[in-house]
Amino acid sequence: MKLARFFLTGIFFGIVLTKAEAVSWYRIYEMFQFQSFHMYGIIGTALFTGVVGNQIIKKFKIKDYNGYSIHIIEKERGFWRYIIGGSLFGLGWALVGSCPGPIFILLGTGTYAIAVVLIGALLGTYIYGLLKDKLPH
Amino acid sequence: MEYIYGTWHWAISGFLIGLTMLILTYFGKSFGMSSNLRTMCTMAGAGKFSDFFKFDWREQKWSLAVVLGAFVGGFIAFYFLSNGTGVNINPDTVSQLQTLGIDAPKGKLMPDAIFSMETLKTPKGFAILLIGGLLIGFGTRYAGGCTSGHAISGLSNLQLPSLVAVVGFFIGGLAMAHFILPLIFKTA
Repeated sequence: MKLARFFLTGIFFGIVLTKAEAVSWYRIYEMFQFQSFHMYGIIGTALFTGVVGNQIIKKFKIKDYNGYSIHIIEKERGFWRYIIGGSLFGLGWALVGSCPGPIFILLGTGTYAIAVVLIGALLGTYIYGLLKDKLPH
Repeated sequence: MEYIYGTWHWAISGFLIGLTMLILTYFGKSFGMSSNLRTMCTMAGAGKFSDFFKFDWREQKWSLAVVLGAFVGGFIAFYFLSNGTGVNINPDTVSQLQTLGIDAPKGKLMPDAIFSMETLKTPKGFAILLIGGLLIGFGTRYAGGCTSGHAISGLSNLQLPSLVAVVGFFIGGLAMAHFILPLIFKTA
C-alpha cells in the first residue's frame, strides 16, 4: 500500500508531538511568556537537525525513495502575506494553543472541543480562498 | 521507563521532529500540515466557489494519510505512553494563569477553562475556539504555511520568507499572550 509509509510517519509525528507536549496549550502559553526553554529547545533542535540534514542531502545529492533527485521547494517571494498572515496565525496559535498539526493530534488525545477549532480553521481557509485575489501578497 | 511515560526531553523531541521532516523529504514530499485544511475544503466542494480550491485532491492523499496517522499517534501517546506526570510548566506561569482564572495543568495537556465540554457550551467558550480556528486557518493559508511548513521546513532550508512568517507568528502570539488573553479572561 502506497500510503502506508505516510500513515506510519504520521503516527510517529503524532506520538513525538504529544510526548514533547508541543500540542499543549500550556506549553505554548509558557513559550510566549518566555518562562521556559522547552519549546525553544524543541524548535531549535528540530531546526538544527533540519539544516544539517538538508545540507547533507544537497552535498551528497541524495536520491529520494523513488530514485529521483531531491528538490526542496523554495518559498515564493513576498513580504505582506508572510508578515500579516503570520501574525494572524500567531494570534490564533496563542489563543487556542494549537497549530494545524496538533489540531488533529489533539482529537486523538480525546480533546473533543478541538473539533470547533478544526471547523473554524476550515472556515478560515475557505474565507482566504474567497478573498485571496483582494489581499496584498 | 520514566523516559517514555513522562515529558520527552526537548533535545530528543526536536531531533525527532526534524527527522520527521527529513523522512518526508526522502519520500519526495514536503513537511506541512496546514495544506491539509485546503485539501479538505476542496474535498467538500469549495472549488465551486473559488479557483484556489480547484485541484485534484487525490494528489494530496499522502498528506491526508500523515494527518490520519498523527491523529492515531496522538491517541497512542495519550492512552498508552503517558502516566499523567507531564506538563510540568514553570510555577510562575501557573500562578500567572491562576490570576486569569485558568486552571493549572496537573498532568492535563489543555486547560478546562478553554477546552472542557462545559466551557464549549457557553457562547464565550464556543466563540474563543471558533475564532482561534478562523485565525489559524486564514492566517496559515495567507502566509502559505504554519509551524511545520515555515518554522521547521522553511527555516531549515534557509528561506527568508519563512523567517518573515516566523517573525509574524511571534508578533501575533506575543500580542495575544500578553495583551489580548488578559482582556478575554480577566475575571470581572
